[in-house]
Amino acid sequence: MSSIAQTPKLLNIRGLDITYGTGTEAVSATRNINLELAAGEIVALVGESGSGKSTLSKAIIGLLPEVARIGGGRIELAGEDLLQYTEKQLQALRGRRIGMVPQDPGASLDPVKTIESQVAEVFRLHPQGAKRSKKQLRTEVIRLLNLVGIDRPEQRLTQYPHELSGGLKQRVLIAIAFALEPDLLIADEPTSALDVTVQQTILEVFTRLAREMGTAVIFVTHDLAVATDIADRIVVMQHGRIKEDRPVREILQNPHDPYTRMLLTEAAPTEGTADDSLATASELIPAIEVLGLHKVYGNGKTEHTAVDSVSFAVRPGTTFSLVGESGSGKSTTARIIMRLLDPTAGTVKIHGTDITTVRGAAKRELWRSLQLVYQNPDSALDPRYSVSRIISEPLENYKVGSKSERKTRVSELLDAVNLPSRLAELGSKELSGGQRQRVAIARALALGAKTLVLDEALSALDVLTQAQILTLLEDLQITQGLSYLFISHDLHVVERFSHDVGVMHQGRLVETGSAAQVFENPTSQYTQQLLDSNPGTLLRELALS
Amino acid sequence: MAAYIAKRIGQALLVIWLAYTLVFLAVQLLPNDPVTIFLSADAAADPATIAAMKAQYGYDQPLLTQYFNQLIGLFQGDFGYSLASGQPVSERIGAVVGSTLVLASSSFITAVLFAVLLVAAATLARQSWLKRLIVNLPPLFAAIPVFWLGLVLLQVLSIQLGVMSLFPDGSFAAIGVPVLVLAIHVSAPIAQVLLKSVDNVNAQPFVDVLRAKGASPSWIFFRHTLKNAAAPAMTISGITVGTLLAGSVITETVFARSGLGQVVLQAVTAQDVALVQGLVLLTATAFVVVNLVVDLLYPLLDPRILKSGTHGAPRALAA
Repeated sequence: MSSIAQTPKLLNIRGLDITYGTGTEAVSATRNINLELAAGEIVALVGESGSGKSTLSKAIIGLLPEVARIGGGRIELAGEDLLQYTEKQLQALRGRRIGMVPQDPGASLDPVKTIESQVAEVFRLHPQGAKRSKKQLRTEVIRLLNLVGIDRPEQRLTQYPHELSGGLKQRVLIAIAFALEPDLLIADEPTSALDVTVQQTILEVFTRLAREMGTAVIFVTHDLAVATDIADRIVVMQHGRIKEDRPVREILQNPHDPYTRMLLTEAAPTEGTADDSLATASELIPAIEVLGLHKVYGNGKTEHTAVDSVSFAVRPGTTFSLVGESGSGKSTTARIIMRLLDPTAGTVKIHGTDITTVRGAAKRELWRSLQLVYQNPDSALDPRYSVSRIISEPLENYKVGSKSERKTRVSELLDAVNLPSRLAELGSKELSGGQRQRVAIARALALGAKTLVLDEALSALDVLTQAQILTLLEDLQITQGLSYLFISHDLHVVERFSHDVGVMHQGRLVETGSAAQVFENPTSQYTQQLLDSNPGTLLRELALS
Repeated sequence: MAAYIAKRIGQALLVIWLAYTLVFLAVQLLPNDPVTIFLSADAAADPATIAAMKAQYGYDQPLLTQYFNQLIGLFQGDFGYSLASGQPVSERIGAVVGSTLVLASSSFITAVLFAVLLVAAATLARQSWLKRLIVNLPPLFAAIPVFWLGLVLLQVLSIQLGVMSLFPDGSFAAIGVPVLVLAIHVSAPIAQVLLKSVDNVNAQPFVDVLRAKGASPSWIFFRHTLKNAAAPAMTISGITVGTLLAGSVITETVFARSGLGQVVLQAVTAQDVALVQGLVLLTATAFVVVNLVVDLLYPLLDPRILKSGTHGAPRALAA
């Protein structure tokens, strides 16, 4: 620790209090935050949503929303209190000495400006020394694009953001952030919107540049596995307070705070808890059986095979996970199974019945036994409906039971997903993310569905909420004998939750097998690559030792 | 790009043709033919005169012949003849359309500038009370009737202050005041839509990235937000053409300017169906042409528009 004490502090935050709103409605976002950062240090800020980590990072770069009030404290950058800066002074600072890499690369570039103009803009905003000519700017932009590993940078100049993949967009944003070699970078969940394999390369580029330029980084994340892979120090936040702030290895081996311990348990690699005693039941009729599924979009030049001869079966009462990057065809497969899309070729059987071409009334009948739980509970629930109305809607659609019977059913379902009955009359906007996903699950079960398709059903939730929903799904599977088709890109959750796993890549199912088999002895090269990209190397290493 | 332009022009022609057909059908639905209606103002019209006039204007032909003759005429710039004056409709309209065009286009440009300035002021205002005040102006403008504002300004400027003539005399005020009256009314919906659109754009993550780059609010507004937010405002601008023409008619009447307003008034009072028909077609064409221009401008604002037009299908599976 002595080495850190001797180097001058780059960032020194003392007693920072931030509240949202005023008067009696004020909500405290951060309380008495003390945080120090030496030059070139990479610190991960970890916590669930609402822990205050985003508020803290926004405060450092002076971009708090207008409703936020700073109650007290100091934010010193190289000895100067940024809270005393005027807006003009802050503008001169941002982009030059403090930069930001945003969360969602898809929406973080101006969609109507070219890549070149958006990268060059940093130099136009901060003209240091002599004014550069257009040609000099272009050379500079190309140099930066090369630096972050973008291929054919000359061609990218005139392209627009929608012509680039998510990974490339994030590289462009990293290029912008590092353009003027800032002293400090705030990276707010920079890879949470990306696939694992892309995530890994982006993190590599990011940490390499930070180390080369000696840029200090505050890396905000809810993913402890990612945090341990790249950071020197981990700062754990909960309820607006810093719970623990120590070097990575120390915190992993000996967490002091109970909350940190909980986060670590959830992030640690676990053996599959799914019971394999059902393996013998393979002669039973599969819950979902898919044979030679093909889906081709477009024709002629635009032809694109989204799903290519995919076959697998979900054994009754078990969980089958479909893993792959975005664009691998896993969501398309799920939509074909749900009969929301017609396949080009192949058959789908649900509980032994061929439903590939069912329409009208038969299709409606299918949705009694097969239901979908969608990725984002915020947009999957009607914000104007109360919880009880959302859950009873399928019952009304299928004209099941009388009004009072429906009411009873709703309270049964609320009970089944562990939601207190007092929530029944609230609007879905008043619930937390986890509660909303429980409501979505209750709605899916309302008509007595035995098979659920869970399309990235946990991706929008933070780690601890994910764990709670997983436990709920496991309980429901045992008590109600449910079968799940679980679509995910999160290998950590898949390993813990599934009996069988199928890996999809470019529309093909490159590997299927039991979870243990796929994770321990992957036969395809792609699965191996996917597993290697899985964050949490240090966690696994420590778990083994 | 060429395919996009061809498609939009084709659609525009289709709409004009449909408008013509609709007007033609509407005339057929009238209880009597145009000549009988026109002459009904006379106490006792001579049946022979009616028959002679019908033959002269071609209203005695079978319907289909009338439909196609008039349609072919349109392509040659022939809108038929005014029943009241006997002049070609195109001449009657052509004589005054220039004056209306000047009024309408100046008002339109003023309205757009006004809307942009208003939204810029509202977005960049530092004091929240000022922001609230500016945001509430457009609904007020929309609520003020054109004729009322025109009459009030005439009353104050000409009669009380005497700085402006009651009749057009070629002075700046004689054109400036009517333009202002019309522009205030037309700017309201444009400003309202632009305000909403700017709010939506400003809530997007890329604006945070721009702020983190060190951009000032006015830099962000003029170099990024405006271009992103322009499309919906342009759509509304295209639709205001209707308001603009209707407003021109009223403004011209209030300020005693010659123009389409007068012709419309005369055509309707004299029940000159042929002239009304011509005026309706002209309005429809103006509407379609302006909206065609708006459509052709979209791709210049947003490069994604051309792309989504040709690759509709794969977009659906993005989820």
